[in-house]
Amino acid sequence: MKPAKFEHKRMTSLDDVVKVLGEADGETRVLGGGQSLGPMMNLRLAQPDVVLDLSRVEGLADIEEAGDVLKIGARVTHARIEDVEVPGTTGAYMQFVASGISYRSVRNRGTIGGSVAHSDPAADWPSALLALGGDVIAAGPNGVRTISLDGFTMGPFTTGLGYDEVLTGFELPVLGADARWGYYKVNRKPGEFADAIGAVTIGSAPRAVCGATESAPFRVPEIEEKLAAGAQEISVADVRTVLEGHDAGFDDYELQIHAVALSRAVKRAFA
Amino acid sequence: MTELSIKINGENITADVEPRLSLADFIRDHRRLTGTHLGCEHGVCGACTVLMNGEPVRSCITFAAVADGTEITTIEGFDDDEPMAQLRQAFHENHALQCGYCTPGMLVAARDIVTRLPDADEDRVRLELAGNLCRCTGYVGIVNAILSVLERRRA
Repeated sequence: MKPAKFEHKRMTSLDDVVKVLGEADGETRVLGGGQSLGPMMNLRLAQPDVVLDLSRVEGLADIEEAGDVLKIGARVTHARIEDVEVPGTTGAYMQFVASGISYRSVRNRGTIGGSVAHSDPAADWPSALLALGGDVIAAGPNGVRTISLDGFTMGPFTTGLGYDEVLTGFELPVLGADARWGYYKVNRKPGEFADAIGAVTIGSAPRAVCGATESAPFRVPEIEEKLAAGAQEISVADVRTVLEGHDAGFDDYELQIHAVALSRAVKRAFA
Repeated sequence: MTELSIKINGENITADVEPRLSLADFIRDHRRLTGTHLGCEHGVCGACTVLMNGEPVRSCITFAAVADGTEITTIEGFDDDEPMAQLRQAFHENHALQCGYCTPGMLVAARDIVTRLPDADEDRVRLELAGNLCRCTGYVGIVNAILSVLERRRA
């Protein structure tokens, strides 16, 4: 359980990171909190040649409400979100999600940006943020660009980031005080990776996500329409029928637990 | 190799380490502080939990090089720490260990619970302990020990 050899580079600015990524020869990985990449390297599932350490890059850990947008830096830890540093209803939703990620000693190091950039299908943030909507902020050789969270996560360990880009943060919507949200994760023990995730946010335009799939989390428009029409409860059987129409590659068991997760997420939103 | 400057249990240390060296292996093999235990080495069992800048972290999935500039407290560094003294006594009284392998990580996690969550009830203590595996005790003694310290600190 020791990682393969790699070169460790301490980065001091985003410009450095982008430059080194662009010139990289061999596999180069950006290290945030290292709570997903670290275990994968210990298991030798990941064997990068070069690891770019963001510990000394400043300005990536801010939380700021700017009008109708919430700016969250990539290096904000799950623990800070658990400790309610993100304001308002969006913050309450994110607090609930963060407090269910792994364990406190992992949440103290693990970051929201790292989770989304790493894109483990069973991780919480790729599904949870898709249900919130908004944008990913990425820095690259041509400056900073925003990428919609819709479609950002493409599959296991695959995102919309270019090889020479680094995820620097998120611009998330501010949910109104009367907005509702629900999040339900199927796992056998608290803190484990999810077998299925259901996530809904019900603000001006409801969003419903089926997550922890074999590939990318996906929105479920049929459920969103029911929520927009005022549905406050959607049965497991109804969700299952809807999910059957999506080409998610579920077997019978997976179909059932994903239907349960989404149905219970809706239930929680109105509890 | 990567230069490392770190403080462990109050002592300033500089070293030149291999990038792939974990903080846990640095603590154990380079500093001979073998109180920190390694179980799963991928962040699940909690045996390797130490304090980094006052907060519990997994030393097995944190590279030593990444811990540069931080302050680490291992199980050997809590001699004069009040909550830890209370927990040591409570673990003794409640038979909260048998083989002792999980105990260093368990105590560091327990210290986090009693200091961060002073109002925690049994359900919360059990939830917080989900990240520390013990295969001897069945957790009853550990939970009772932590609850007794919580009660004592609330008094």
